[in-house]
Amino acid sequence: MSAAALNHDGAFAAARRRLRFGPLWLAAPGLAFLAIFFLFPVLRLLGLSVQDLETSAWTGDHYARIVATDVYFRVLMSTFRIAGLTALLSLLFGYPLAYWLAQLPERQRGLAILAVMVPFWTSYLVKTFAWMVILGRTGVINQILSGTGMSPLPLLHNEFGVMAGMVHAMLPLAVLTMLPVMTTLDRRLVQAAETLGAPPANAFWLVYFQLSLPGVAAAGLLTFISSLGFFIVPALLGGPQQTMLAQLIISQIQEMLNWAFAGALATFMLVAALVTCWVYDRLFGLSSLSGETSGRAGGGQGHLRSAGMTILSALAKASTALGGPVGRLLGPKVMDRLLPVYSAAVIVFLVAPALVVVPIAFTTSPFLDFPPPGYGLEWFRVYFNSDLWVSATIRSFAVAFATAILATLVAGLAALALARSSSRWRGAIFAFFLAPMIVPRIVIAVGLFYLFAQIGLVATDLGLIIGHTVLALPFAFVAISAVVKGHDWRLDQAAATLGANRVKTLMLVTVPLIRGGLVAAFLFAFITSFDELTVAIFVSGGVKTTLPKQMWDDMILQLNPTLAAVSVVVFAIVMALLLMAEWLRRPAR
Amino acid sequence: MLSPLAQARTAPVQAGAAATPKLLVDGLTKRYGAITALEPTRLEVPAGEFLTLLGPSGSGKTTLLQMICGLVEPSGGRILIDGQDETRTPVHKRDIGLVFQHYALFPHLTVAENIGFPLRMRGVAPADLARRVKEALEMVHLGHLAGRFPKELSGGQQQRVALARCFVYQPSVILMDEPLGALDKKLREHMQYEIKRLHRETGATIIYVTHDQEEALAMSDRICLMNHARIEQLGTPHDIYARPKTAFAADFIGVSNIFRGQVRRDGSGTPMLVTGNGSFRLSADTPDRPDGTLVVRPEQLDIDGDGDNEVRGEVVDTVYAGSETRVLVSLGGEETITVRLRRGTAPPRLGEVVAVRWRADAGVLVS
Ligand SMILES: Nc1ncnc2c1ncn2[C@@H]1O[C@H](COP(=O)(O)OP(=O)(O)OP(=O)(O)O)[C@@H](O)[C@H]1O
Ligand SMILES: [Mg+2]
Repeated sequence: MSAAALNHDGAFAAARRRLRFGPLWLAAPGLAFLAIFFLFPVLRLLGLSVQDLETSAWTGDHYARIVATDVYFRVLMSTFRIAGLTALLSLLFGYPLAYWLAQLPERQRGLAILAVMVPFWTSYLVKTFAWMVILGRTGVINQILSGTGMSPLPLLHNEFGVMAGMVHAMLPLAVLTMLPVMTTLDRRLVQAAETLGAPPANAFWLVYFQLSLPGVAAAGLLTFISSLGFFIVPALLGGPQQTMLAQLIISQIQEMLNWAFAGALATFMLVAALVTCWVYDRLFGLSSLSGETSGRAGGGQGHLRSAGMTILSALAKASTALGGPVGRLLGPKVMDRLLPVYSAAVIVFLVAPALVVVPIAFTTSPFLDFPPPGYGLEWFRVYFNSDLWVSATIRSFAVAFATAILATLVAGLAALALARSSSRWRGAIFAFFLAPMIVPRIVIAVGLFYLFAQIGLVATDLGLIIGHTVLALPFAFVAISAVVKGHDWRLDQAAATLGANRVKTLMLVTVPLIRGGLVAAFLFAFITSFDELTVAIFVSGGVKTTLPKQMWDDMILQLNPTLAAVSVVVFAIVMALLLMAEWLRRPAR
Repeated sequence: MLSPLAQARTAPVQAGAAATPKLLVDGLTKRYGAITALEPTRLEVPAGEFLTLLGPSGSGKTTLLQMICGLVEPSGGRILIDGQDETRTPVHKRDIGLVFQHYALFPHLTVAENIGFPLRMRGVAPADLARRVKEALEMVHLGHLAGRFPKELSGGQQQRVALARCFVYQPSVILMDEPLGALDKKLREHMQYEIKRLHRETGATIIYVTHDQEEALAMSDRICLMNHARIEQLGTPHDIYARPKTAFAADFIGVSNIFRGQVRRDGSGTPMLVTGNGSFRLSADTPDRPDGTLVVRPEQLDIDGDGDNEVRGEVVDTVYAGSETRVLVSLGGEETITVRLRRGTAPPRLGEVVAVRWRADAGVLVS
């Protein structure tokens, strides 16, 4: 408050100038939208967590109860354990793949990246369903095992099942986050290091790896934060030992309507996410998340830095010691193929599960046998003849369409405004638009549910659209900002000198030229909404169900081949959209 | 014959008349925080004039131009076009054309659509629009490229499209910010000629920005020499070349030999400049000042010829530049002077010691 008052004069003069020349107010609709449907509900939820249910007096009871009750405390711990492990494994498995992708020639890289993109955009529900089919007691793996006379393994409803599903879900995100840093990384630096006398292992660990660290950290941050709020995977692939915070929050709300306690649980999650962000920001600068280079690349200062260097040197020594004998043992040919073979294996791990679902969708059996005893269209018929499924599909489409338009519009205006602004507020506004990506979805969803319950938006399409737009905004914003960054604003100036007013300049010059970003934003937002369950679980009730919600309900109740048919339909739709995006994006100039 | 574009306009250059100037910039200034990009500046441009803003990088040329067309808001001062105050008029309502250094052609529109853009913005009827676009294309000899996209054109062709897009709607003032900066020398000379032709044919008032003094000398009716965010000197090319007002002006335009020193009067009252290289007689009409810089152009110096003043030095280099030969004479230490060799004279040998002379009234004493 006082800082704002101090700078009042400057801000006022700046605001006056802006009215004429720097249209920062184009970001206003987005700011207002996020303030009402994101910031306010989340803060409200936090507020609820420190209020007594009856008297509304301040209280720390709910927190005390979480820490004191053994069950809740264990859930808290297992949430952090699973999220941490997921992030770690995603980085470990993802780094070599990203490294391999980065050094491919441009053309092949595009294709190979598609193999990571497809699982990235595949619905979490479809992916999880696939894992249930693969890992179940009578699943693909166990049927193969029993076919060879071995006893079935417990693969599902335990830690292994959860980790398989979680890592599978997060690996693409990790790879896609690390990749841009690695592709822009100048490989000649490594060569330079080698000509300066560094053995290959040193050159890698002390130069390449160190320079790629910002990407690794960003990937770690995003996977950890996303994992924190997961419930689909642990609920369907895990056992009671793997219960995570989000599941607890959902049951508190759905079964007990205990807002205050759910709020306290959400606070834990939020604080964990924010602390992680804070640590990341201290080390690398949050701005590097959005691809803007910060001066701090390569890690912090002082002790931390020298400790890091010691570790890296040790790693370099270890890999030289290890690499020598192993290399001699396997021979140079095998060593050269190691990375491509490994990468291919990871890509198979990423892509195969979704493909397993396809034959099952065409099965003639009422069970999820693999391989199917016969092939037919039986389950697609069931799907298309079911009012419930069809209306859910139509609703999901309509909501996704409206979300995509709203998010693209709001994010587009904001991105345009911020790109040209040199205001002191620019960084803060940028961060605010990215915030819904960092606050766990479940926290946003519960906050919104509370707000919607008061203003009568529960079980309405409008409520869904608003909720989905909050979640889709950061993606749309990043997609458009990336393109706007490269836009030549002199063209807009030229249009103005030629007699075009603001609106005409926007419609005839700016929009056609940033079309690629707009298309990408539209599709990202569409898919985000089409695949969204967290908000839908609360907000779409009764007959007004969405496709993911209907799938979720079915998957909890009883697995059936209709789900496979639906999965194939969803998969096909999303792939069609992605291909369309690629196709629309190409002839941008 | 005048092009059809010019018929709407009669453009006599009004020499010193009291008529309202086409463009009047009055006390115009721009500050960016602590940086002053343009000191308060007054500039009058009569209708039909070709005025060049010339000056080193950062001297405020672009800033001045962008304030005139409205892309940059002035910190103070006024801009009058035809006597009308346009300081607050938004960019798109000013009757001004701007040609950008990198052309700023719309990459998603064809050549014809680019040129038609300003007409479309002015609600010109389609038939009329097509005709005028065609005329403009012919004016820049690009009739056959109407359907191409900008990226399918060479640099010179893009530049011509940019010119056509500007001339097509007959703005009363045309601003050009280093329009030829991105072209190679040969193409640049050709385009200089083209721009002069367009200027002649249309009678437009043009304000032209360049770094290149030769370009400025060749093209302009008047040159506005800028330095350190102010106008250093304003005058015809000949004026500035022959009578620079400051050492900067002398140095920036053409090659100059410069001697710094104190002014004295000898017994007969003739002004003399006492420098480290000797005392030199100054022209009799030199204004009174305690000290100054004497500027002598290379073509006013003569090796072993006649003159009131003399310096001696060793020939260190001769530079053959096609139409002329220049001789570099070292006066000892770091100091050298440049002499243009008279036609038909054999160049002196390297190392030869020569006497370089000039007449007292050939030099100009500046501050
Ligand atoms: N947006 C801005 N913010 C701060 N300073 C600026 C801005 N635009 C220009 N300046 C400063 O104003 C001064 C004049 O700049 P200007 O662009 O007018 O120079 P110029 O004569 O066109 O130079 P050049 O020949 O390099 O194009 C420079 O010192 C420049 O750094
Ligand atoms: Mg400039």
